[in-house]
Amino acid sequence: MSTTAVVERENFEELFEALRARGYESVGPTVRDSTIVYDHIETVADLPVGWTDIQEAGTYRLVRRKDEALFGYVIGPHSFKKYLFPPRHTLFTLEKTSEGVKLVDAGDPVPQYAFIGMRPCELAAMSIQDRVFGEGPFFDTEYLRRRQQVFVVAVNCVETGGTCFCTSMGTGPKALEGFDLSVTELLGDAGHRFLIEAGSPLGEEVLADLPHRAAESGEVADAERLLEQAEGAMGRSLDTGGIKELLVGNPEHPRWERVGEQCLTCTNCTMVCPTCFCATVEDTQSLDGATAERVRRWDSCFTTEFSYIHGGSLRPSAAARYRQWMTHKLASWIDQFGTSGCVGCGRCITWCPVGIDITKIAAAIRASEEKKHALA
Amino acid sequence: MASHTMPTAKPKLGVFKFASCDGCQLSLLDCEDELLAVAGAVDIANFPEASRAVEEGPYDLALVEGSITTPHDAERVIEVRRQSKFLISIGACATAGGIQALRNWKDVDDFTRVVYATPEYISTLDRSTPISVHVEVDFELRGCPISKTQLLELVAAFLQGRRPNIPTYSVCVECKGRGTPCVMVSHGTPCLGPVTQAGCGAICPAYNRGCYGCFGPMESPNTAALGHWWERQLDVPVPDLVDAFRGFNAYAEAFRTASDDYELRESRD
Ligand code: SF4
Ligand code: SF4
Ligand code: SF4
Repeated sequence: MSTTAVVERENFEELFEALRARGYESVGPTVRDSTIVYDHIETVADLPVGWTDIQEAGTYRLVRRKDEALFGYVIGPHSFKKYLFPPRHTLFTLEKTSEGVKLVDAGDPVPQYAFIGMRPCELAAMSIQDRVFGEGPFFDTEYLRRRQQVFVVAVNCVETGGTCFCTSMGTGPKALEGFDLSVTELLGDAGHRFLIEAGSPLGEEVLADLPHRAAESGEVADAERLLEQAEGAMGRSLDTGGIKELLVGNPEHPRWERVGEQCLTCTNCTMVCPTCFCATVEDTQSLDGATAERVRRWDSCFTTEFSYIHGGSLRPSAAARYRQWMTHKLASWIDQFGTSGCVGCGRCITWCPVGIDITKIAAAIRASEEKKHALA
Repeated sequence: MASHTMPTAKPKLGVFKFASCDGCQLSLLDCEDELLAVAGAVDIANFPEASRAVEEGPYDLALVEGSITTPHDAERVIEVRRQSKFLISIGACATAGGIQALRNWKDVDDFTRVVYATPEYISTLDRSTPISVHVEVDFELRGCPISKTQLLELVAAFLQGRRPNIPTYSVCVECKGRGTPCVMVSHGTPCLGPVTQAGCGAICPAYNRGCYGCFGPMESPNTAALGHWWERQLDVPVPDLVDAFRGFNAYAEAFRTASDDYELRESRD
C-alpha cells in the first residue's frame, strides 16, 4: 500500500472529476428532508457541508456544525445496500408473441457506481452481503453485476453517533480493507485537509489524478489520535462474548414478550439494516394476459406473510418475530455465513419509530443469565 | 340469451354504489390508459359513474363501493350479493364504514333533527357499517380512496385466477422502499404508518406529513405501542390520539378499539 497522501480541501472537488472521467456515477451523502440520505451527487457542494446528525433511539436530528466539514455526520437512514440490492426491481418480463413466449428486459444495464463517503461499518456490511450473495453454491447475479464495478471511497469516522457500536462489532471506526480510497477528514488550525490512502491499483490511479502531497508524520498521528478517541466514544456497546450461546439458549426469555408488546412489526429495522438481505418475488400479468413480469422486492421477517406456510404464519406474535430477527442477526448468522450479521451501525435503533434497542435487549438477556449463574 | 353460452363471452363486471363519495369508482375511471384494456377484458354491465346503461345480472365480478346506512341499502346489498359470483368491496366506506361511521359514536336522530326540515321522512340506520357486516365478501380492497394500481392488479388477478399481490404489511415498507426518511424519527411528526396497511405508496411521509391511516389497520397493528410513543415522546395529547384513530377507517376494529381506549382515558383524566 502506498504511503498516505494529503489532499487540500480546495482540491477535493477533483475527486469527482477523476471518477467522472473514468465513467463512474457518484452516489453518496446529501441533505434531503431534514436528513442525510444517499443519492446521486455531482460535486462537493452536494455533500452535507457543515451539517451533523444527533441520534438516539427513535430520534434523529440534523443540526448545523460550527465548521464546514464535508463528512462531519455519522450515517443516515439509507445504506449503500439500495444500489446493490434495490428495494424493488424487475428480474424479467415475458411477452406473448406469435412465435410463443418471449423473454425480454432481463439484465438492464446497471450504472458503474462510485460510493462516496462509505463508513467503515458500511464497508463491513457490504463484505457481509458479498458473502451472502456471492459465495457458496448459490449466488446472486443481480447483486454481483452491480457489485463488481463499484469504486469505494471510504470515510473513516473521527466522530461517532449516539447509537453507534462498531467498536463492539470490530468493524470501525477505521476502514482497514475493501476500499479503493480511504479518507480521514482533518479540520482545525492547520487547515481543512484529507488524509487519503489508496487500497487498490485503481485507487492509486485516481489518487494520482488529484493534486496531493505526502502526509507529514504529525498529520498521520493526528488522524490516529482522532480515530482512537472515536473508538472510545461510541454511544452504544454490545458484549459479543458467547452471544450465540446466550441467545440460542434463551428462546423463552421474558424479555422477548416485553419487546413484543412494544414492537410495531413495522419492518423499519430490517429495511434500514445494511446487511438484511431478505427478498420475495411478485409475479404479475397485464390485464389482457399478454405480458407478465417478475419483480423482486425487499421482504422482512416482521411481516405475517414472511413465515406463512399452509394454514398460517409460523410467527404470529411480534415477540416471535423480534426474537427471530435478533437471534438471526447476532447468532445463527454466524453458523450460516461465518460472521455476525450486525456491524454496529445503529440504524435499527435510531430508525425504529418506537426506539427499540438491540444492544439493550442483548444486555438485559445477558444480565439475567449472569444473575442465574451467580445464584447457582 | 345466447351471449351467455358463447365461449367468447367476457366476464360481466358490475359496479355498485352505497353510501360513499364516488371517489373509489372514479379511481377506476382514472385508469385512463388502462381503461381500454379493462373494457377489452370485461363486459362493463353496470357502472353508474361511467354510463347509465344497466344490464341485468348475474355478474361475474361485482365491485361494491360505500357503506350501509339505510334499511333500503341493507336489502339492496343482499340482492347484489345474490346476483354476483365474486364480490369485492372497495374503499374505506365499503370495508370499514367510512368517515360517515363517525355517527356510530353519536345519536343519529340528533343529526337528522338538525339537518333535515322534516326528519320523519328520513329513514336511516343508527350505524354506518361495512359491506362484510351484511353479506359475505370475497375480497376487501382498502383505501380512501383505493389505489388504481391495486384495483387493476385485483381485476387482473381475478381474470387470471391467481392470488392478487396486495400486501397487508405496514406503510413503512413503502416508505423505506422509496427512500423517504421517517417523519416520526427525523422530525417528531406523529405518523400512523406503522399501524396502517400499505397501498398508497406512502404519499404523505414523502411530503413530510404523517400517515392518516387511509388504508386501515395493517395485519398486526400495535396501536397501543404507537400511541404510547406519541404520548410520551411526541407529546401528543390524549384527545388528539382519539381523533387520529377516528378518521376514514374509524370503525375498523383495531382503530375503533384504540380510539375507544383513549376516549375512556380522556374521560378519566
Ligand atoms: S442490526 Fe442494527 S446495528 Fe446491526 S447492522 Fe443491522 S441496523 Fe446496524
Ligand atoms: S423493532 Fe422497531 S423498527 Fe423493528 S419492526 Fe419492531 S417497531 Fe418496527
Ligand atoms: S414516516 Fe410513517 S410510514 Fe414512513 S417509516 Fe416513518 S412511521 Fe413508517
